[in-house]
Amino acid sequence: MSEEEELSGYKGEALVAIRKAEAEIGDLIRITRNSQIYEGILIPRSEYGDEKHVVMKLKSGYNIGIRITPSTKIEKIGKGAKPTFAAAPPLERNPELPKISIISTGGTIASRVDYRTGAVRPALTANDLYSVVPELANIAQMDTQILFSLFSENITAKHWAEMAKAVSKKISEGVEGVVIAHGTDTMGYTAAALSFALQSLPVPVILVGSQRSADRPSSDAATNLIGAVTAAAKAPFAETAVAMHETPSDTSIVLHRGTKVRKCHTSRRDTFKSVNATPLARIQNQKIIMLTDEYRKRDPSRKLVLKPKFNKKVALLKFHPDMNPSMIDWCVEKEYKGIIIEGTGLGHVGSYSFEALRNAVQQNVVVGMTSQCIWGRINMNVYDQGRDLLALGVIPLEDMLPETATVKLMWIFGQTQDVEEAKKMLKINIAGEFLSRTLPEKQAMAER
Amino acid sequence: MEIDYEKIGLKVGLEIHQQLDTSTKLFCNCRPELFKEEPEMTFERRLRPTQSELGQVDPAAYFEFQKGVRILYEANKATSCLVEMDEEPPHQLNLEAVETTLTAALMMKAKPVDEIHVMRKTVIDGSNTTGFQRTCVVALGGEVNVGEKTVPIQHISLEEDAARRTGEAEDNVIRYRIDRLGVPLIEVATAPVIKSPREAQKVALAIGRILRATGKAKRGLGTIRQDVNISIPHGALVEIKGVQELELLPLVVKYEVQRQLKLLEISQELRARGAKEEDVKKEFFNVTDAFDETKCNVLRKALDENEQILAVKLPKFKGFLKQELMPGFRLGTELSDRARFWGKVGGIFHTDELPAYGLTEEEMKKLRETVEAEDQDAVVFVADNPENVKDALKAVVERAQEAIKGVPEEARAPKPDGTTRYMRPRPGAARMYPETDIPPIQITEDDVGKIFSQLPELPKQKLKRLMDEYELNHKLARQVLDSKYNKLFETIVKESKISPTTVAAFLTETLKALKRDGVQTDKVSESQFRDVFSRISVGELTKEALPDMVVWLSRHDKKSVQEAIENLGLKTISRNELEAFIEKVIKDNRSLTKERGENSFGVLMGIVMKELRGKVEATLAIKVLKEKLKQKI
Repeated sequence: MSEEEELSGYKGEALVAIRKAEAEIGDLIRITRNSQIYEGILIPRSEYGDEKHVVMKLKSGYNIGIRITPSTKIEKIGKGAKPTFAAAPPLERNPELPKISIISTGGTIASRVDYRTGAVRPALTANDLYSVVPELANIAQMDTQILFSLFSENITAKHWAEMAKAVSKKISEGVEGVVIAHGTDTMGYTAAALSFALQSLPVPVILVGSQRSADRPSSDAATNLIGAVTAAAKAPFAETAVAMHETPSDTSIVLHRGTKVRKCHTSRRDTFKSVNATPLARIQNQKIIMLTDEYRKRDPSRKLVLKPKFNKKVALLKFHPDMNPSMIDWCVEKEYKGIIIEGTGLGHVGSYSFEALRNAVQQNVVVGMTSQCIWGRINMNVYDQGRDLLALGVIPLEDMLPETATVKLMWIFGQTQDVEEAKKMLKINIAGEFLSRTLPEKQAMAER
Repeated sequence: MEIDYEKIGLKVGLEIHQQLDTSTKLFCNCRPELFKEEPEMTFERRLRPTQSELGQVDPAAYFEFQKGVRILYEANKATSCLVEMDEEPPHQLNLEAVETTLTAALMMKAKPVDEIHVMRKTVIDGSNTTGFQRTCVVALGGEVNVGEKTVPIQHISLEEDAARRTGEAEDNVIRYRIDRLGVPLIEVATAPVIKSPREAQKVALAIGRILRATGKAKRGLGTIRQDVNISIPHGALVEIKGVQELELLPLVVKYEVQRQLKLLEISQELRARGAKEEDVKKEFFNVTDAFDETKCNVLRKALDENEQILAVKLPKFKGFLKQELMPGFRLGTELSDRARFWGKVGGIFHTDELPAYGLTEEEMKKLRETVEAEDQDAVVFVADNPENVKDALKAVVERAQEAIKGVPEEARAPKPDGTTRYMRPRPGAARMYPETDIPPIQITEDDVGKIFSQLPELPKQKLKRLMDEYELNHKLARQVLDSKYNKLFETIVKESKISPTTVAAFLTETLKALKRDGVQTDKVSESQFRDVFSRISVGELTKEALPDMVVWLSRHDKKSVQEAIENLGLKTISRNELEAFIEKVIKDNRSLTKERGENSFGVLMGIVMKELRGKVEATLAIKVLKEKLKQKI
């Protein structure tokens, strides 16, 4: 570790003063300024902090920042003790319990706080999990794998492919379910991607995240994880699903089908909602209650079909008043294979975009229409604008989520380069992305 | 028993917590107010103990978690948003609260920190939805003067108040209301230099007055709370949390000293008798059979419900469990409190208080035989489900072992009579880590200079000025100082020609008396008081009309002073009208004036004031009546 890293966050005058004192993070230091004396442990500084303050932890446990002036003196008065985490108790496996696998990709759920700095770091060994959530030992035998340590906004199609392969490997080894720990921001996209890449699943694949970091006593990580592991080990379905809180309460975990789920709130625990669909199941008091009859049944003898290829030359464009049609032209020029439009209402765009869309279709770009309303179904036969778009060759995508449609088209072009074949695949139901009936479900963040 | 506190070496430190009356809460834009109505929403959570940086888990918190304790939070939309629900990250630190804290800090000569860092202090009893309390040090050092003594301040912090308990735990569910969560609190921690119960009260009072002088302190029960750290040599550091009434403070300290002295005495006697920690064993006997035919209601009920009665032997403890530590509180009570906390049982039975409760000598004999108790031993038994009973008896054994050792460190809660009960073990090394969701706030020298230049007077200076400038006597000046109307007093005096003593007496004593009679004087606004006094000042109303005005205004929301005057018929009469009225009274009572001459004044004055009270100044009526009477006779 370089000295810069050792003195993480410090720069300028503060860094000079600390270096002069030959102090390191964690050392006991004394700062003297105009007869005022402060003693405490040197603490790293946030990268966004200025160059003029040094942060120390007082004996009382509080941190304070002290301004460095020309007359300020820093002395090192003691060597810091490095914090050590208590080793988790050795794993006790109950051979009666189902075997499942946990694959970690990063995010809040797979992190722990560095108490000195407050920084959140990745950590998710099986031992970590058992020590943080001992209840898991009574549900399943687990093995864990750290595949990535990524914030979910940094996850891309190539990571989806690796996840799909990792899951496939675990399933071929005979696990009875797989849990994937994932950051919540793009977990909906990954859920859709795995729904298409892992076909004919024999056992469930459950994505799980948390909205409050696992180091907090109030974190939703443990309850979500217990729910996810329960579903992986015991759920009667064999589908890709997302397990998260159903409400602000810790009392129930809900499982959403991977192609029908969307993050709908920036911060709430129950941020994920099934859109245009009933959730698959609810877990309450350790019991799994199915909420629909339409699901693929668990069958360990079924042969998984792995199709992990994606093509990133697909764009998701949200129409808005005065959207410049040259954005569509740009996609065509850059040889994009497909464009999913988030149109208005039942599936419309302004007629000033028609020319660009006609050109795109003529250039063999697949154009699909979804709605920015989020809830509800496209119908392009009601108004002239819609009929005109259909005539141009824009494909209406029914009740599919715009995000799912984008992922699906990326996946399709991973399977075929034939445009007509791609159009056909876009329209058929592959992983429950279409439902033929739209029911009067409760929407969005309604109170329960 | 009079205790010489100086001699025994008592050391007391205080942590004063004062709620602030800011316009919003500390980390969001909700109003810092409470609600009385039924909650509009509830949600249920569990808090999971996390490992500290030292790899430790708080034992009491972990225990509660294992028992499956759940927390039901109550909220309404007027006082809570997603921040209090822990469903949204905190917003920036409330700068109004920071300024108020800095003001208080500078008044106590504390040194502001250059950069405020908000910390998370783990609190896992459910009182914080997050599982931690957000807190930050704003200033270090400082002092407060109490008489001749200077009490050093350790730090002055700003923190969020916790949710409040609404009712006792039922079926392992604790209810909390989150309206109070996030209300800003200033915490002032003194050094442990206080040496007597009386002094503790004086120091708390002095700090409270300074905090109120900022003009931003909330008032009323529960808005200021004291944590008291008490220790004596050979005793232990005991923390008594949340003393709400200042009058209780000296009593709390006194009883705690008494308790520790008595515990030390018991420890010595126990050892003299040969009691040893290792002889008190976690060895439990099933004594259910001994109570087969019992007439004791509690045990009968337990047996009918198929519960178990387990007993434990406390060797050499006979007689000690009934020794009183505080009024109405014995060593046996201490054991029972522990059993209740750790075992969730209703209580314990012990042989020092038996036979009683319908239990017989015969049953006691059987009990003693079953556990093989010797003559000097005490026996404790509990009836409940086997798991709870075992947890309860384990706690009893541990407390008994501590009794041989001396005084255990612990946190205790005050009761209304000043005695205390076991609350929980003292939390281990303070578990604080940075609140990374809130950026640090810098305090520049300019900020400090600006606040310093506008610093309110210290209470002591203000008291002197009230006496010098307004010629108030000491008692009245003190009352004004402590009154929430202390600013209003000066405003009214400056706006009107009414004597300061009259205004002061009204705003303190008269209002207090009215309040005692059930008048909700708080409903009268400061601007209404000013309006009333300005009318008195120009002779439109009389001083005598004040109480009636306050009563009327307090009962008629949103009505004006003018409406009050009209409804009460309190319009003053002119000098001419007064003279005419008095002449008529004298005329109507001619026989009386003839007979008694000037001595008839008293009776006549009574008649005049009965009719004109509130419509004329009494002094004027006296003057006119005297003149007229003189003329007529």
